[in-house]
Amino acid sequence: MTADVRVDDPAHPAPLAPLARLAHLRRSPLGHRAEEFEARSVPGPHGVRLREVPYLAQLNLRVDPASPAAARAGRVLGTPLPARAGRVAVTGGVRVLWLGPDEWLVVGPDGAAPAIERSLRQALDDEPGPAGAGASAVPPASVASVVDVSANRTTLELSGPSARSVLEQGCSLDLHPRAFGPGKCVQTTVSKVQVVLDQLDAEPSYRLLVRGSFAQYLADWLLDAMEEYRRGDA
Amino acid sequence: MLLIACPWCGERDETEFHYGGQAHVAYPADPEALTDVEWGAYLFVRDNPKGDFAERWVHTAGCRRWFNVVRHTVTHDISAVYPAGQPRPSQESRPQNEVTA
Ligand SMILES: [Zn+2]
Repeated sequence: MTADVRVDDPAHPAPLAPLARLAHLRRSPLGHRAEEFEARSVPGPHGVRLREVPYLAQLNLRVDPASPAAARAGRVLGTPLPARAGRVAVTGGVRVLWLGPDEWLVVGPDGAAPAIERSLRQALDDEPGPAGAGASAVPPASVASVVDVSANRTTLELSGPSARSVLEQGCSLDLHPRAFGPGKCVQTTVSKVQVVLDQLDAEPSYRLLVRGSFAQYLADWLLDAMEEYRRGDA
Repeated sequence: MLLIACPWCGERDETEFHYGGQAHVAYPADPEALTDVEWGAYLFVRDNPKGDFAERWVHTAGCRRWFNVVRHTVTHDISAVYPAGQPRPSQESRPQNEVTA
């Protein structure tokens, strides 16, 4: 063992600054198509726009919702973890999406993942037992995990008056405001591609979080579905 | 296409789910004591009723949770959906469709 601090040495984790210096080397799955998305977006009162929102911070959080650790995670995030299926909690620039009865996706701005991960890990750590208590007095540790999955998916943002109509061509769920809206999210398929669908506002605007390897196909499908709303506006 | 009511997400298209075979197949208490025939039966032999069948499904494209369904193998009528680990609901809880050959 040399005295050098190696990047992969868990006892001496590398500082994060070098990663930030490499940011210009990043390539998002759809970054090369930004101009095309802009050109094929449809303006006007029946319009619909598509763009990629790359590199969002995404952290998968799993914890028993009834545990003290879940409550502490909620306090760190600034909002209780949404308990009901398909709900989103919004706090600052961070959205907490319900993925399952003990699973959430914390979505934040580019670059926020390390800080969110750190604070969640601290929150999930069990409080130390009372001083002097024997090992047998320590309650069983909460089972919890937080994993940075930012590289798992990229994000497509579909917005405009016809955005819901476009989605409905490939999604069998009821997206009408009586059943869906801001503050709700759903994991389903759009044109057979698994997505996390998160409605941002009532315009409507939607985020579609999609695996990188499916992003090209989904973008192609959305662009094709958008085409019929170009009613001579251009 | 079946419409399956996930215990967490509600009704979704069958294409969001994957099938997991017969429910309530218990792991043998003492696998070492089983003969090859008994072990083979545990692994591969399943009921094949013409009628209600308790089976496992997983909501692959949604919440990714496993749960159990009682489905009629002729009519596809789903008479019960319940979390994994719970016993099969009693037959009396809901009138069953009688299908005669
Ligand atoms: Zn589900």
